[in-house]
Amino acid sequence: MSYGSTIKVPLGPQHPALKEPGNFLFEVDGETVVDVKPRIGYNHRGVEKAFELRTYIQNIYLAERICGICSDAHTTCYTQAIEELLGVEAPPRARYIRVIIAELERIQSHALWVGIAAHEIGFDTLFMYVWRDRETVLDLFEMISGNRIHYAMNTIGGVRRDIHAAMVPKIKKGLDFLEKRLKYYLDVVQTEQTILKRAAGVGVLKPKDAVDLCALGPTLRASGINNDVRADDPYAAYDEVPFNVITHDGCDVSSRMLVRCEEMLESIKAIGYALDHMPEGVIRVRVPMKVPKGEVVSRVEAPRGELIHYAKSNGTTKPERYKVRSPTLGNIPALCKMLLGGYVADIPIVLAGIDPCFSCMDRMAFVDVKKNKGWNWTMQQLRRKYAKK
Amino acid sequence: MSLFKWARTKSPWIIHFNTGGCNGCDIELVAALTPRFDLERFGILLEGSPRHSDMLAVTGPVTLQVKDRLVRIYEQMPEPKHVIAIGTCAISGAPFQECYNVHGGIDTVLLVDAYVPGCPPKPEAIIDGIAKLIQKIKEGEGHGKRK
Ligand code: SF4
Repeated sequence: MSYGSTIKVPLGPQHPALKEPGNFLFEVDGETVVDVKPRIGYNHRGVEKAFELRTYIQNIYLAERICGICSDAHTTCYTQAIEELLGVEAPPRARYIRVIIAELERIQSHALWVGIAAHEIGFDTLFMYVWRDRETVLDLFEMISGNRIHYAMNTIGGVRRDIHAAMVPKIKKGLDFLEKRLKYYLDVVQTEQTILKRAAGVGVLKPKDAVDLCALGPTLRASGINNDVRADDPYAAYDEVPFNVITHDGCDVSSRMLVRCEEMLESIKAIGYALDHMPEGVIRVRVPMKVPKGEVVSRVEAPRGELIHYAKSNGTTKPERYKVRSPTLGNIPALCKMLLGGYVADIPIVLAGIDPCFSCMDRMAFVDVKKNKGWNWTMQQLRRKYAKK
Repeated sequence: MSLFKWARTKSPWIIHFNTGGCNGCDIELVAALTPRFDLERFGILLEGSPRHSDMLAVTGPVTLQVKDRLVRIYEQMPEPKHVIAIGTCAISGAPFQECYNVHGGIDTVLLVDAYVPGCPPKPEAIIDGIAKLIQKIKEGEGHGKRK
């Protein structure tokens, strides 16, 4: 039912739904969202510029701190880019360790998301359960790297810490426990009415829209499109480690949950394989401080989707230009599309549905004034296109 | 001890605000509330609205865009109010020092009562920091004012 006039509801930047500052201006007509205006940049720190002020080695730590949840994806992407510029390759054992850490991180990140999503729909029991089990992964991280969140495993030319034989049974034990729990959650997500009532048919993103608006990662895969950098353009040891790309064609929040839950199970399988087939040998090669002139683009499948890093070097110890395109930014136009026409009450869960990570996203916009303008224009176009419906 | 003070130290409500951090501290703060660490056993509750909270837990360096919002949230909180800076970023801005959009640590904007160092601090450390702040309030210290 339409009331003829609309009301503007601002949300954020401090809001209970997300842990990070993001601001959205919603225009609502009764209970229906007719317009969405995202305002980002609260988290913008200027990391890209900071990259230019630090040496390549210091930048590993900075790349790690772009985001706390997908820190390993950022460092993998960064070190891959610089390795390509240097013309070196990480030793085989290091590549396997990178896979193990990346997949552990995926489990950690997806588990975190399932918890947050459950919290958004008022299902706090599941939130607490999932987060309790997530501690298992964090314990494994602490054992391998000494830290729970920023593992600092990657370095240019390999990894900094080895996974010793004594750790393998412990990792396997943790994974077995997780696998049991995840199967249970998969069942909960599919059958529990509390979730189905709030998630099925909510935040629909049609496959065509998903492609047109450049959605990424689990959001895209939940619209039935098979796209995963790990499979399409294998990096690290993904060409040797078998895993399946999970897709679902429900196009709604519920399939996004399913995709993420099943991906975690796939990750567990991949880690198990990698642990059994890890080649012996060194874990890093020494690299020079100075990086020869060149340009490079590197891609990694972060837990939230495709992550792109671009580096330009000028033959010194510091990069000339560094650019990061994080998956959340790619998902924002798709998110606006999902929110339009939905109910106000569904906003939090749809917002959380893409697993937004503002700390990842906010370092890039506004650096380039021209680009910023271009982006706004696209958003207006988008609005003109869909708001009238 | 007055009734108010007793109530406040028995069950402080916390509001969490990320001023531009990397998320690492945020998830550790949330992890502190979940079953393994269970901050709620101290009567501590995470609140969504600044008007209901006694403590402001800030993570991350203050970015220029978020600075005014941080002050506004702080001003909406009822007196007496306390600020706790979680993580190295919130303490000094590191590792984002020299970034053009970073103002600095939280204490460049607000008076801070407790600092929890670490990048990110473990949930145990966050709990310890909050417990120490509660002790401080009991002893009648703590600022509760704006800089
Ligand atoms: S202190 Fe470390 S973990 Fe915390 S927000 Fe800053 S960079 Fe992230």
